[in-house]
Amino acid sequence: MEQLKFSYPARQTLSRRVHVGVVGSGDLEVLMEPSPDGQAHVSVTTSVAGFAAVWQHVLDRFFSRFDGAAAIEINDAGATPGVVLLRLEQAAEALRE
Amino acid sequence: MSARTRQSFSELSARERARALLDPGTFRELLGPFERLKSPWLPLQDIVAQADDGVVVARGTLDRESAVAAAIEGAYQGGSIGEVSGAKIAGALELALRDCERGRPVRPLLLLETGGVRLQEANLGLAAIAEIHAAIIALRRHVPVVGVIAGLVGCFGGMSLAAALCSHLIITRQARLGMNGPEVIEQEAGIAELDATDGTDIWSLMGGEQRYATGLADALVEDDVAAIAVAVRNAFRSATAPRSEQVEEFGRRLAAIDAQAPPSPAQLRTLWARARRP
Repeated sequence: MEQLKFSYPARQTLSRRVHVGVVGSGDLEVLMEPSPDGQAHVSVTTSVAGFAAVWQHVLDRFFSRFDGAAAIEINDAGATPGVVLLRLEQAAEALRE
Repeated sequence: MSARTRQSFSELSARERARALLDPGTFRELLGPFERLKSPWLPLQDIVAQADDGVVVARGTLDRESAVAAAIEGAYQGGSIGEVSGAKIAGALELALRDCERGRPVRPLLLLETGGVRLQEANLGLAAIAEIHAAIIALRRHVPVVGVIAGLVGCFGGMSLAAALCSHLIITRQARLGMNGPEVIEQEAGIAELDATDGTDIWSLMGGEQRYATGLADALVEDDVAAIAVAVRNAFRSATAPRSEQVEEFGRRLAAIDAQAPPSPAQLRTLWARARRP
């Protein structure tokens, strides 16, 4: 198990919070809620240690298209980068609904 | 019902299951994931905790009557019951009991998908399961307690007793119900007793159809949201004596079995032919 933290600049304020996913094998849950300081913060807890650089790449890509000031908690049970990105985009889509 | 119009219930998450069965638009989750009531024990054992500890508790209505649903997430830690997830179910049932005692009936619905106690939390999970059992028995005096086992995990261990205590148990062919799961039986008694990889054998013993045919479940339904929603509403209308109060009847059934020459699953169906329940 490993815990990682990331921060990104943001422009949009979040008006609600969303939850998607499940901490099941190869999957993850994402909790997204308004961040108090106008920046985006991501806190990752993952069952697989040693992949900080991969998390950085996946989150860089997500935040290249997402500018919400979100406090994001990720609880991960060994999801692949593709699944992580899909869950983040699912959460971003749920924010817009 | 044609395959095209069916919507699988067993493939839904716990949250989606509770939302799908309560009357449309009435789902209101209590102690949801943002409350972050996680297991304090799993991270100590290097296991990532889920924000809701794998149980969704929701208020709402069923046929416009006040209801509470507790749904277990089978994809998280095998739907296992730990200190927190168990307390969420027990607390929901105990609050429903308090409302019933004050003359405000609440329909309790359990959506079971669980391997039983969470081994990493041992006695704390077992204590919570005992509280769930006690609450079901107390609630049954006021209102039917309805359980649903849809699969894909099934319902095992201490929570199989919770299923057995329900006033009315709804099951699908995909579901399994038993005290010990196949892997545990094989590990403890040997592969000659049960091959845990033999799906046909396992379902013939503990599958939903067999449990229904031998009177251990009350309704056998398709794995379909609409069919299960109807079965749940029918269950609350047709209150019957819970199995665990039919001591003589089930004593008679046990007496009909020769432990030295146990019946085959097919023979058990004849021996325990589905009797009309009082």
